[in-house]
Amino acid sequence: MPPLLQVTSLETHYVSFGGARVIKAVDDVSFTVNEGETLGIVGESGCGKTTTCLSIVGLLPPGARIVGGQIEFAGKDLAQLRQSEMRRIRGAQIAMILQDPMASLNPLFSIYTQVAEPAYYHQSIRGRSLRQRVRQLLDAVRIPSPTQRMREYPHQMSGGMRQRIVGAIALAGGPRLIIADEPTTNLDVTIQAQYLDLLKELQQETGVAVIFVTHNLGIVARMCVKLAVMYAGKIVEAGAVRDLFNSPQHPYTKGLLGSMPKLGSKEPLFAIPGHPPDLATLPSGCAFHPRCAEAMARCTLEEPDEVRVGGDWRARCWRAEPQHGQSAKDVDVAAAVGS
Amino acid sequence: MSPPLLEVEGLTKHFPVTIALFPRRKIGWVKAVDGVDFAVYPGETLGVIGESGCGKTTTSKLILLQEAPTGGAIRFDGKDIAALAGPELMRYRREVQVVFQDPYSSLSPRMRVGEIIAEPLQIHTALSRADQQERVAEVLDLVGLRPEVATLFPHEFSGGQRQRIAIARALVTNTRLIVLDEPVSALDVSIRAQIMNQLEELQSRLGVSYIFIGHDLATVAHISHRIAVMYLGQIVEMADAIELCAKPLHPYTQALFTAALPAHPDDKREKLAISGEVPSALSPPSGCRFHPRCPKVMPRCTAEPPARREVAPGHIVACHLY
Amino acid sequence: MVSLSPQTSTAAGAIGRRPIDWLGQFRGLPLLPLLILVPFVLVAAFADYIAPYDPTEPVAGMKIFTPPAWMQGGDIRVLLGTDFQGRDILSRLIFGARVSLIVGVTGTVVAGSIGTLLGVLAGYLGGWVDQVVMRVTDAWLALPALVFAIFLATMLGPSMWNIVIILGAVYWTRYARVIRGEVLSLREREFVKLAEIAGASRARVIRRHIIPNVLNTGMVLASLTIGVVIIAEASLSFLGVGVPPPQPAWGSMLAEGRSTLMVGMWWLTILPGFCIMLVVLATQLLGDWLRIRLDPQLRNL
Repeated sequence: MPPLLQVTSLETHYVSFGGARVIKAVDDVSFTVNEGETLGIVGESGCGKTTTCLSIVGLLPPGARIVGGQIEFAGKDLAQLRQSEMRRIRGAQIAMILQDPMASLNPLFSIYTQVAEPAYYHQSIRGRSLRQRVRQLLDAVRIPSPTQRMREYPHQMSGGMRQRIVGAIALAGGPRLIIADEPTTNLDVTIQAQYLDLLKELQQETGVAVIFVTHNLGIVARMCVKLAVMYAGKIVEAGAVRDLFNSPQHPYTKGLLGSMPKLGSKEPLFAIPGHPPDLATLPSGCAFHPRCAEAMARCTLEEPDEVRVGGDWRARCWRAEPQHGQSAKDVDVAAAVGS
Repeated sequence: MSPPLLEVEGLTKHFPVTIALFPRRKIGWVKAVDGVDFAVYPGETLGVIGESGCGKTTTSKLILLQEAPTGGAIRFDGKDIAALAGPELMRYRREVQVVFQDPYSSLSPRMRVGEIIAEPLQIHTALSRADQQERVAEVLDLVGLRPEVATLFPHEFSGGQRQRIAIARALVTNTRLIVLDEPVSALDVSIRAQIMNQLEELQSRLGVSYIFIGHDLATVAHISHRIAVMYLGQIVEMADAIELCAKPLHPYTQALFTAALPAHPDDKREKLAISGEVPSALSPPSGCRFHPRCPKVMPRCTAEPPARREVAPGHIVACHLY
Repeated sequence: MVSLSPQTSTAAGAIGRRPIDWLGQFRGLPLLPLLILVPFVLVAAFADYIAPYDPTEPVAGMKIFTPPAWMQGGDIRVLLGTDFQGRDILSRLIFGARVSLIVGVTGTVVAGSIGTLLGVLAGYLGGWVDQVVMRVTDAWLALPALVFAIFLATMLGPSMWNIVIILGAVYWTRYARVIRGEVLSLREREFVKLAEIAGASRARVIRRHIIPNVLNTGMVLASLTIGVVIIAEASLSFLGVGVPPPQPAWGSMLAEGRSTLMVGMWWLTILPGFCIMLVVLATQLLGDWLRIRLDPQLRNL
């Protein structure tokens, strides 16, 4: 079965000062998302994960441009499409859930209007069927008394509920792919857990593929089967979540995993020294080398090539080696549901 | 066991809610903090964990004398801080400092780093310029920054470095207690570990106590010796950190543990037993405040607020189950 | 396991300094306003050396109402013509620039100082201080500015420095309002709270934390107010209660030339009017540029 989304060597640059300053926000990024799959894109500030998502949906800010690569979705190259064509895809086939629910919802329109909008425009449902559809969606995201809630406004709801409404809007157009950019960062811990449970159920019910963009590896461990780790605009390691958690190949992945505090353990945390680089002044060779515990002389001179560790598992590091015995069984992602 | 550095007893803070401009009518009270007791000992970290509306921020404001309590007492070195004035008050301010969550707004943008750090020295001591500079260099070294950075401005630093500067400032006057309000939540993941390690090192070196307020259980549990779990203005459970992680007793604490994100995809996790949201502090539920969401609710819970009981040495729970 | 010693952290760029974009600082300088203002300032500063004649004495051997040199009847020695007393227009314009700019700048400084101080006190101290200052501001604003200025001028008597004081006393209110608003939001910022928690006295907080951070807004306001003050001074001079004759001021030149405008001696009014317009336009543009320039920098990158 062909993949739902295939990003190949994507390059998005921010250009300022009339071409004098170029920031390679996304530098040769490639990944694949199959139908019904969950991919986690993990990285810290400035790594390019959000820019990658904005490139996919065609919502780059002024000054940013896709300068290379392809974004193949359902047979079309999104990088080449005009805005008018992208509008037909956004909301209908690809939906987004963003971090701040208050910013995603229009305070002036009722819940009904906002949830109905994608269904209205993309599926041309009207009248009674539209009301039914909205009720159905609100039910799906577990909003109690949907008929009454439909008539209310965002400010009358709590943060958790608003984020669910955002989820309902995302689902309204019947998308095949949802991109969720830090969807739970502003939520309380228990609300976050409820929300993630909900997303997991919805994903299993509707078969929609989800890309989780986050800095929190815990979310990825909970929700995703595939993982891509980004640093300074590049994917430094990608593969099945279990593989990366069990034997990470790239020192940055190792560092991220080591710096997560484990409940109940007082072991000192592994701290990656230094801080994420300024994309305008990247070091030579591998962008991570100044902070890398395993850096060699070669790392300061040459950017590492991608090493195929096994199956779909790859790492951009001079120290990575193909792992024999890592067969395709760990990478059997299409059917992996729940855990 | 040495006497506690800071002792909080029956601490209460109710905010009046008024409507109409003229005349002002009180329609109710927001019971932000409602009867909180805990103690912080020298050289140890008390973690405070809870979700929005639990009262942790208000509690820290009360400790920092930014708000006055409506009831109860806060005692530092045995003395009620509400009664402090003059030099005694200044002494309190010198020995109790705070580090806030947002590294980008906690440093004065138009002052050099050296001046920012030296400010508490200028307020509380009569040290000469040269002595101040020396002390500033000392604390900068303590937090892992070179003394030369004292001449730079805050905007030239990254988030993690700014937090280090904030910590340096909090230490400069031989502080004995630092309130850390979500100090690493706004930082990148790789920097968080650096700061956490730094804080722990400083504690073992200087013997300073921390009150570490956070929302991420794993982070709080890692750095704290004891943890207090707050819900709607009250402490529902308090215990030694390792004990709490091994045996959380209160259903809310258990829910927090269940809700915590796994560290590995294979970590088994039960389904979250609680639902709904935190109710408003304006009209908290009767009896035990957690009863509407509690999976183990009994009829007694709706009527009678549970008393705090020590069910194991050092382990306090407020729940009718025990 | 990577060593966590301070050296490792600092070695990895703890100073975190971005190379300062020196060239970038100069890009986007407001060329137009500066092209106008810099010459005016220089001219006003060196008026004694630049002006060809004494602005208060008639030019020897010249007729009154001589038109500018390029017109018929003009004379190259009086480039812009002479006025009703035979005084050289160009010299009067040059010295008039001095008056306008000095009054404009110092008047703005006086207004700014009073207004900023009151705004800071009202915003930071709150309570009854705030109420009193705001009510006074409201009352002040209810008075028509120019009428009030005229009133004060007739009371104090005409002199350049009196005008400065008067204009300062009239125009401080716009500062007080805006600065107070800034301070209200500044007061809640964490670094202010930190200073308070550390035990800083209110005076100290105001001095070290509040005032330096409202200076930006103050500067923008100042550049926008200069224009207003210059026009106010010109109006006062026009009405005869400003800078007293024979000291040249653009406003009084306007007044002097008013009666003869209709009979074709346009240079007596158009030229000083044009100068007023240029300077005010330049200061407004400069203020706009400053506002745009300073604003994004206040936000965190």
